[in-house]
Amino acid sequence: MFYYYLQLGLHSLKRNPLLTALMVFGIALGIGTSMTSLTVFYLMGSDPIPWKSDKLHAVQLDNWSADQPYRAPNEPPDQLTYLDANALMQAGKADLQAAMFKTVWPLQPENPDVKPFSSLGRATYKDFFAMFEPPFKYGQAWDAAQDKEHARVTVLSSGLNEKLFGGTDSTGKKVRLNEIDYTIVGVLDKWQPRVKYYDLTIGAFNDAEEYYVPFTTAIELQAQASGNNSCFESAKPGWEGYLASDCVWIQFWVQLDSPAREEEYMSFLNNYVNEQKKLGRFARPLNNRLPDVNEWIEAQGVVSRDAQIQVGLSFAFLIVCLVNTIGLLLAKFMRKSSEIGLRRALGATRGQLFMQHLVEAGVIGVSGGLIGLVLTVLGLTAVRSLYKDLNNVAHLDWFMVLTAIALSVAAAVLAGLFPTWKACQITPATQLKTQ
Amino acid sequence: MLKMNHLSKVYRTHLIETHALRDFSIHVREGEFVAVTGPSGSGKTTFLNIAGLLEEFSGGEFWIDGVDVRGMNDDQRSRLRNEKIGFIFQGFNLIPDLNLFDNVDVPLRYRGFNAAERKRRIEETLSRVGLASRMKHYPAELSGGQQQRVAIARALAGSPRLLLADEPTGNLDSLMARGVMELLEEINRQGTTIIMVTHDPELAARAQRNVHVIDGQVTDFESEPQLRVPAQGSGAAVTA
Repeated sequence: MFYYYLQLGLHSLKRNPLLTALMVFGIALGIGTSMTSLTVFYLMGSDPIPWKSDKLHAVQLDNWSADQPYRAPNEPPDQLTYLDANALMQAGKADLQAAMFKTVWPLQPENPDVKPFSSLGRATYKDFFAMFEPPFKYGQAWDAAQDKEHARVTVLSSGLNEKLFGGTDSTGKKVRLNEIDYTIVGVLDKWQPRVKYYDLTIGAFNDAEEYYVPFTTAIELQAQASGNNSCFESAKPGWEGYLASDCVWIQFWVQLDSPAREEEYMSFLNNYVNEQKKLGRFARPLNNRLPDVNEWIEAQGVVSRDAQIQVGLSFAFLIVCLVNTIGLLLAKFMRKSSEIGLRRALGATRGQLFMQHLVEAGVIGVSGGLIGLVLTVLGLTAVRSLYKDLNNVAHLDWFMVLTAIALSVAAAVLAGLFPTWKACQITPATQLKTQ
Repeated sequence: MLKMNHLSKVYRTHLIETHALRDFSIHVREGEFVAVTGPSGSGKTTFLNIAGLLEEFSGGEFWIDGVDVRGMNDDQRSRLRNEKIGFIFQGFNLIPDLNLFDNVDVPLRYRGFNAAERKRRIEETLSRVGLASRMKHYPAELSGGQQQRVAIARALAGSPRLLLADEPTGNLDSLMARGVMELLEEINRQGTTIIMVTHDPELAARAQRNVHVIDGQVTDFESEPQLRVPAQGSGAAVTA
């Protein structure tokens, strides 16, 4: 019977093309609007590395001033000092660990046709690649010895490799960054985490870096971080004074492969801070944190309150569209009352007619959903062109496509319930004479 | 085939009560062709609607083909209607955007027949009313008489035991009316019981028995007529 109902539904839609178009477009508009905001919202907050997000932890140590917390009510800083990052790296207590900071260096291409340009990079340790798993196209990450030796080595993004070497295997070649030649040891394949969770200090949705160099090399070369730098008291003058200060500017991530390892590491951090307290640092009560990726994204407010309100408003708009559809469906089904009466006279039960009209509402929902998807794609295109920083999250994936269709059908069926029920209350006898 | 004993139907509003049928008794035997006549508002259509299980009654007893209708729920009534009763309406009541094949198909769909069985029945009944060649036509492409023939085919497709006709020729000119009437007579000769509501004394005279209704009561009941011998099918003569 479902196929029969489907045929009848399509027939019915063709019967009143204008009314049908109004209903379908009403649902499509509601779906397009709500799905656009929902997609952005969903991708903003979705797990960027689901297979290991519970194993990756940001390290937070509360080295802030005794007078006030880093952020109310009692949040520790979201970055570490060089002193602490260096100490944690030296201790090497996690399964994998990497201190890191953002750099923006001028890049001088060998090719004279390509003008020098400034390029976004990251100074980090070799474990960065094992922890965050960017895919390699050529070569591999540098090794521990190269970290130790402050080697002049680099890993390029596929985009930069394309720009400088036409996408060919450039491992072994040199690239000149900030007037120093680095040997390319690896080239990444395309990699763009939806949320740049490992460094949320400057834009959660920025592009991934174009090159990676050893942290130790960058420190030796006294490379200033291009990210946030926060101090609660002035640092002593000079580079060494800055490194010895309580200014926080380094992101620190560890991989801990089990809850037991997590406990061990937290205990290690607490011991470390207690030792530092003896040296006159860490004036605040013990307040170390090890949030995993999703906890980190939530705590850092990646999904803003504005985005939540926007989703709420767009769903309110969907409800307005549904109310409109309820009215139109009611008018449509009431116009069919003589046919409904006739079908009752010919033996249709109320249940059969109820199903028939729900399927008809469902057909409107699927049509509205498909057009709504097109509107969603247009909406996301508009979002991308208006907000460049949302470039990486304003994309429709299969889950959201299916969600849009399901939402649309559910919305249309919901809108169809009352008109359908109303239509099934028609007394056949009163309709048959009036036709 | 159809038996009503002291049936009543009362329409109530908060101001008045209208007795559409009162103490209404009738017994229509299998194979009969009964014409129900009476002035407008006498209760003919109410009787037909109750007979067709399209309306509930307020009191009394009612059997169709030996089945007591009292206490049946809406689904049970729908199924009984689908299996045992065919309707022919004055206004034909065809669905305009379905072709003839699909119009005749409607009751068969609700009956749950498979596609092959439905096709066989549709082709057979449309042939029977002389419209087999126009299966893919739409109602608007047919004359009134042809549309009524399609409605008759639709009523017959499910092989009902009882055919209820409400002014079946009321919207037709005399030539077409005669054609439809001849078709109904032929259907009756083949064994189907027919109850026809009509204003037309000439048509009523062609029925085997006339029931006259005034003010919701049967006033003139031509009882116990000799029934026709079915032309084919069941074979046995049916007597009152």
